[in-house]
Amino acid sequence: MTRRSTILLLGGLLAAIALDAAAADVGRIKVTAGDAFVEREGKRIPAAVDAGVRASDTVVTGPNGSVGITFSDNSRVSAGPNSTLVLNRYNFDQATHEGAFDATLKRGTLAVVSGRMAKLSPEAVKVRTPSMILGVRGTEFLVYAE
Amino acid sequence: MIFRALVTALAALAAGCATEPLQTAPVSRDRVILLPGSDGSTGAVDVRQGAQSAVLDTPYASAGAGSDGALTVGEADAAATRERFAGALSALPPAPVSYTVYFVFAQDELTEESRKAIAPVLDDVARRPAPEITVIGHADQTGAERINDALSQRRAERVKEMLVQRGISPERITAASRGAREPLVRATEGAAEARNRRVEISIR
Repeated sequence: MTRRSTILLLGGLLAAIALDAAAADVGRIKVTAGDAFVEREGKRIPAAVDAGVRASDTVVTGPNGSVGITFSDNSRVSAGPNSTLVLNRYNFDQATHEGAFDATLKRGTLAVVSGRMAKLSPEAVKVRTPSMILGVRGTEFLVYAE
Repeated sequence: MIFRALVTALAALAAGCATEPLQTAPVSRDRVILLPGSDGSTGAVDVRQGAQSAVLDTPYASAGAGSDGALTVGEADAAATRERFAGALSALPPAPVSYTVYFVFAQDELTEESRKAIAPVLDDVARRPAPEITVIGHADQTGAERINDALSQRRAERVKEMLVQRGISPERITAASRGAREPLVRATEGAAEARNRRVEISIR
């Protein structure tokens, strides 16, 4: 193999890894009911049990809809009817349990049970509403946003 | 006549309203309510609203803007809260769990006790929606590293097989092994320790 083709191959491999990291699933839909969608890169996909959730997805539910997601750090989040939940940021290191979770409930209802990263670092998990910022120190809570 | 009086009265009322100080942004109705943890403990949430902040650390403690817009802490009614958030709460996925099963010395056979204990574990996995399973095999510290690495891998694969036999798709199961590197119980170097001959099964 020539040096040039080796470099090209390596470059391609690195690009593939970078692409894969960007598109990686960070959670999985476990429960859905009624009208429920995931918005990703401008597209609206019906939310289905077993579908992956990515770090920049938005979850939207209709008047009879709900969605429950379990994330890779074992945290669980579920949105009730007429809700819009925007995932701003998610990363989690399975080895060190370090990471960050940042989401905004623009409207509707949300139930949250925090997972491993909140146990390690109280600064790691943030849930926002239009008027509040919630810092999560290992716990279960409910949020309503208008 | 009456009509004219009414119009005058309404005009006066409208004028009165107009002289009221204009309300700035409407008061937000966003709220957060802390729940008692399912493990019996209650955690805490730090709440910030602009420059104001509060800490919620008791069951059903609640925070949001009061009628004057300032961050106000109160206590929510448990039953009313469960009802108001019924949709979200009913969609909460089952809590992730982990189990440990133990093995016969130097083999990939479960101990008799663990053979019985694994049945409810398999049932649990079968009941879960879209389960994600990790099985991690371990060996105790007797024997060479190479042998322990292979043994712990075989133990993990054994548990994976049992799950697949129960109808769980192999793609849902990640099997890994740690040899004798992560003992559950600290034993003297090279000692046989039954509690370290194990597979940890994590399900979410």
